[in-house]
Amino acid sequence: MRSRQHLFSPKIDNWLIGFKDGADFVVMFFKETFSRDFEFKEFVNQCYRIGNSSLLLISLTGFVTGFVFTKQSRPSLETFGATSWLPSLVTIAIIRALAPLVTSLICAGKVGSSIGAELGSMKVTEQIDAMEVSAVNPVRFLVVTRVLASTLTIPLLSFYCALMAMAGVFLNVSTSEDTSFSAFLEQAFNNIIFLDLWTAIIKAVSYGFTIGIVGCYKGYNASNGTLGVGKAANASVVMSMFLIFIEEVFIVQVTNWFR
Amino acid sequence: MNKVIEIEHLFKSFGDRDILIDASIDVFQGENLVVLGRSGTGKSVLIKIIAGLLTADKGKVSVLNQSLINISKKELNALRLKIGFSFQSSALYDSMTVQENLEFPLVRNNKSMTRKEIDKAVHSVLDSVGLLQALTQMPSELSGGQKKRIGVARTLIMNPEIMLYDEPTAGLDPITCVEINQLINEVKENYHTSSIVITHDLTCAKQVSDRVAVLFDGNFKFKGTFDEVFKNHDPRIKSFYDYNFTEN
Repeated sequence: MRSRQHLFSPKIDNWLIGFKDGADFVVMFFKETFSRDFEFKEFVNQCYRIGNSSLLLISLTGFVTGFVFTKQSRPSLETFGATSWLPSLVTIAIIRALAPLVTSLICAGKVGSSIGAELGSMKVTEQIDAMEVSAVNPVRFLVVTRVLASTLTIPLLSFYCALMAMAGVFLNVSTSEDTSFSAFLEQAFNNIIFLDLWTAIIKAVSYGFTIGIVGCYKGYNASNGTLGVGKAANASVVMSMFLIFIEEVFIVQVTNWFR
Repeated sequence: MNKVIEIEHLFKSFGDRDILIDASIDVFQGENLVVLGRSGTGKSVLIKIIAGLLTADKGKVSVLNQSLINISKKELNALRLKIGFSFQSSALYDSMTVQENLEFPLVRNNKSMTRKEIDKAVHSVLDSVGLLQALTQMPSELSGGQKKRIGVARTLIMNPEIMLYDEPTAGLDPITCVEINQLINEVKENYHTSSIVITHDLTCAKQVSDRVAVLFDGNFKFKGTFDEVFKNHDPRIKSFYDYNFTEN
């Protein structure tokens, strides 16, 4: 009789072990977040790094998204003589979906990979061990600060992305039609309800948390030298994006029940 | 003499690979014990168990009369303040200057210290490793030997009772190796530490050891002073000696 060394199969067992490790890591994060001795200086430093590193790219992407989305939508609405709906339509798309999603995908690439690589490099060069042996809690210093910084900063960047996208929309609308800024704003926000804003905030917060925690988890558990650092950075981006899309579907489903 | 580290019948394995098999050794107060052995024999695993970075599968490990078996996180951190660990890679924090590296453990473990006291402590340890001029430099701007010294200074700032050196001379040129060996001896003299030095460099072992223990097959096969151990005619000891002093 074959001896049974695995619960299901090696692959499924590894996946389950990975899932449990991830869950333990999240629990450890919350435990350390609500403990004493918050590393405020490092938290501010991380907020600055995340915000500063992504600002230019988000400005450009937000503006282009707004401009191009308006331009592409115009011909379809012109067919029905409904171009006056354009600011409202595009604004709904930006606030409800595009701004948080575009921002978080950019940050998954830029911030997630950076956190994964930084912590991965610290792990393989024994810097995390060095913190532990000097009786400093590395989770509190490295993980809590980075996850909270991305959870706070990515919603702010999403808001900024929405502003830049609206600037792109206004540029397109004002060059095609004779519309004043105040009339544009009135048309744009006419159909935006409080729930849309809340949904956008909830999305951005959950995406920010996902990017931070996945980057930290992958980096913190890196192994096998420089190869492991590369893998950690890559896995941070891939897993963050995967989870962000799952969350997007889930949040949209849940918020639609309240409409 | 008082024992500061007691290791009895220690077992440690990774998967199917047994690394330490019934290893036993003591470290006495004020001595430098050099642990020799080829790569992969479990030398680094041994000191990582002593520092609480790894846990033993079986056996007794006691540091400063405190058992590490089932020790709480709080007790372990209190014990770690008395242990200095110099890593093979130096493990300096890349994103911090030398001053910030040295301050890092100090400010987090001594919250009542004033800025003036912190600066004084930083200057004092940097002076003791002869690198006062490196205060504002980043780790990437330092040579391998300087990084080792700063790594040692970062542990000395906490005034440890025990020092654990993991391959202190690995990757360094012979002159820098001699300087690092002198530093290890100075640390023992000036800070009254007891140390375990992990190495496969016999020159280092000869210069810093009060006692030598050689790890073969996961066990301490030979213990004694450097001369006692290397007078042994065991072929494993002989090949180890010949490799270091003949082929190198």
